[in-house]
Amino acid sequence: MSKRIDVSDLDVYYGDFLAVEGVTMTIEARSITALIGPSGCGKSTFLRTLNRMHEVIPGARVEGKAVMDGVDLYGKHVDPVEVRRQIGMVFQRPNPFPTMSIADNVLAGVKLNNRRLPRSEQEEIVERALTGANLWNEVKDRLNRPGSSLSGGQQQRLCIARAIAVRPQVLLMDEPCSALDPISTLAIEDLMNELKDDYTIVIVTHNMQQAARVSDRTGFFNIAGTGKPGRLIEIDDTSVMFSSPSQKATEDYISGRFG
Amino acid sequence: MTAVSVPPKPVRRRRRLPAYAPWAVLAGALGVGALLSLLSGTFTFTGALLFGALVHVVAITTLSAVVEGRRWATDRLATTLVTAAFVLAAIPLVSLVVLVLRFGMERFSWTFLNDDMVGIFGASVEGGVFHAIIGTLWVTGLCSLVAIPLGILTAVYLVEYARPGPLKRAITVLVDVMTGIPSIVAGLFAATLFMVVVGPQYKAGVMGAVALALLMTPVVVRSVEEMLRLVPNELREAAYALGVPKWLTVVKVVLRTAIAGITTGVMIAIARVIGETAPLLLTVGIVANVNWNAFDGRIATLPVYVFRQYAQGGASVDRAWAGALTLILIVMLLNLVARLVSRYFSPKGAR
Amino acid sequence: MAAVAGSETIRRGRAPGRVGNAIFRGVSSSAGITIVVLLGLVAAFLVYRAVPALLATREELADVGFMRGQSLLGYVAPLAFGTVLSSVIALVVAVPLSIGIALFISHYAPRRLAQGLGYLVDLLAAIPSVIFGLWGLQFLQPLVGPLFQWLSDHMGWFPPFSGYVGPAKNIMTAGLVLAVMILPIITATIREVFLQTPRLHEEASLALGATRWEMIRQAVLPFGRSGIISAAMLGMGRALGETMAVLMVLAPGFAMNLYVLRPGQHQSIAANIANQFPEAGALGADVLIATGLFLFLLTFAVNLAARWVINRRAEFSGAN
Repeated sequence: MSKRIDVSDLDVYYGDFLAVEGVTMTIEARSITALIGPSGCGKSTFLRTLNRMHEVIPGARVEGKAVMDGVDLYGKHVDPVEVRRQIGMVFQRPNPFPTMSIADNVLAGVKLNNRRLPRSEQEEIVERALTGANLWNEVKDRLNRPGSSLSGGQQQRLCIARAIAVRPQVLLMDEPCSALDPISTLAIEDLMNELKDDYTIVIVTHNMQQAARVSDRTGFFNIAGTGKPGRLIEIDDTSVMFSSPSQKATEDYISGRFG
Repeated sequence: MTAVSVPPKPVRRRRRLPAYAPWAVLAGALGVGALLSLLSGTFTFTGALLFGALVHVVAITTLSAVVEGRRWATDRLATTLVTAAFVLAAIPLVSLVVLVLRFGMERFSWTFLNDDMVGIFGASVEGGVFHAIIGTLWVTGLCSLVAIPLGILTAVYLVEYARPGPLKRAITVLVDVMTGIPSIVAGLFAATLFMVVVGPQYKAGVMGAVALALLMTPVVVRSVEEMLRLVPNELREAAYALGVPKWLTVVKVVLRTAIAGITTGVMIAIARVIGETAPLLLTVGIVANVNWNAFDGRIATLPVYVFRQYAQGGASVDRAWAGALTLILIVMLLNLVARLVSRYFSPKGAR
Repeated sequence: MAAVAGSETIRRGRAPGRVGNAIFRGVSSSAGITIVVLLGLVAAFLVYRAVPALLATREELADVGFMRGQSLLGYVAPLAFGTVLSSVIALVVAVPLSIGIALFISHYAPRRLAQGLGYLVDLLAAIPSVIFGLWGLQFLQPLVGPLFQWLSDHMGWFPPFSGYVGPAKNIMTAGLVLAVMILPIITATIREVFLQTPRLHEEASLALGATRWEMIRQAVLPFGRSGIISAAMLGMGRALGETMAVLMVLAPGFAMNLYVLRPGQHQSIAANIANQFPEAGALGADVLIATGLFLFLLTFAVNLAARWVINRRAEFSGAN
């Protein structure tokens, strides 16, 4: 149930400001694609265009194509809400709904959409999603406690459970570990490895070791200077990118010469 | 040539007054104050306090100036004055509560709450506020029915929907303007509105409700706006990312997260308008009997009742105080419940 | 097993929640527009009813009993004077007190106590104005009577203090009641600003060996100056429009003078409306509405000035 996304000539604007220019890439199904690059290079912005989350900011718009399953995400008659139901997202800081219990957080995608499911099915979804997020054993005895009672790492896994509970095709992760300690980070990385059997995963990370550890393919974004648009410099198999990248800038960045 | 090696100055131990000094001075000053009050003619408690406070300010400053030096004396003076300001501000609150309790309890009783003013004349010590409570409930209820949804929806519009532009700016400014409408002007508006639309002889509870709604709406808008802005953007994004449409996100995430704060703000707004007197004076008037219909005829309300009873003098003054006690109890109850709601129902761990 | 998302693929032409979005957006924007319309209505009605009074001839106005043959301007002027005078008295008393209270809560009281104290001051704001009126008559009036007598006896050479006649139903007492009523809003605003004083400025000052008062003078007060000004203006806006305290405490008169201790000299616009409106005839009501419009404009101007000061400060605060 995972799909690939073909992006071609994608430009992202905030008002008149061109933030990201001319991205063309293929995001393969059942694999992890990591996006790396210095701060402000537009990798997070690009990630958010993949499920049209950037539209939350007034004035943001996109030119170009991103095709999944033969449907252009930006085509006519395609609604952003419909896109987001197929392409889920996990954010930098864990953000469980503070008014909901752990179970309700997992069911948020169902409940917030006013859908009614029989109790047994709800329980099944909760258990499946939490198991999928490697959290079931830790929380199965306290499903009715508030989601905010968990630790930071657990909260982030709860957010992943919430995202996979609606069974999306693709999972976008925007620096999911940057607010977590190393042990929680490891848990999330292990989880990603398991999830890629079922989902297409795109992760933005600042941490090159993380990209090297978890991803199958890596894309490098860079920016020529402040005020200039960010660009995708190159994308290739992770092993290639980290051993013999074709671009000088990639090599400089990966070897720590800048960024 | 002067800058030869100066031996390092030893850290000088400042001479400071002991911690009990201000209290000791205060006790002494109050004694002197009592004496001065006695000498000035007749002894009054107020006089003693007043003189005592003055003596204390002078004494502690002088003492400090002699022992500690000028800078510390200024500091002492400032501390004394600042504390005095606070004590002074506590006087109205304390005296007001004592006064209302003392005079109010004379007539306050279960029968007082359950009786109206039909057939009560002159020095009669009977009569009650039942009709005024019903009227206040009607007027405040009708007002809330309009002001709360209008206020909440306007706040939702301003925070969740409005794009920066002339309409948003206009609404923001006008809400500010509304906050500043004098309550008597709101009363004038309601009175003239019904005069023009329904006819000059029309009097009804709904007129008062319109005036109060005009005063209450901006208060609700402001407090709800503030509460909605406190809801972190991350929660909205989390809902959008799950494929939840915007309106459901607003209703089920934003409003749900802010509900405790909104409830608190709304209750405090109700507490504020429930005591408004001037607009009701112009619109609903006063009657002696219970009027169950807020759309026809004069209707009694608690604040107007208090005002009229006090103005009548004689035995009615006691009823005025008992009415004031009733009113203050309602207002304080609303405030208390509002605080409890905000304490116990706010989302835990929300940033 | 696509029970949740409902579909395995993105469907064209489907827009979940589109109807709900449109309705909710429509409803909430109409609420906002209602506010605009409502205020327009208020202004329109007041102007509509005030115009006859503005256009009325001297002879027509002579029929309005309570105007005692005055022209409209001659009628409004003493009322406006009384309104401003009572508010100024309230401000002169309330602002220094509020600064003191705000400082006490923000910098003197122990932290745990401070919150409770702040709540206490807020409680004062919740008390209905009619009860403040009762308090003014029953508590304040007898309390300040002897004080005013003493002032009048010993400082009567200063004209405003001359000629006190008990009981103290004068504009000074009314101003004092107003001062208590506007104390909470001024204190709350100033306290907010004081609490925002950059911690570093305070610590820098203390590290140089300043006493607490010197620190407040160097760091807190300069930082809070515009906050104090705008708080005072907000309080002034409240005081100008307050009806009950003046209506109940003051023995009214229509003079324009500064004899603040004499009864029967002054009256405020709001209290005058409350007094005359229930019995006023058609043109009389128009005249009162015209005075109400004037009061509205006055408070509006003061509030606007307060907002302006606040906004100007907000622009600069980035530097802090």
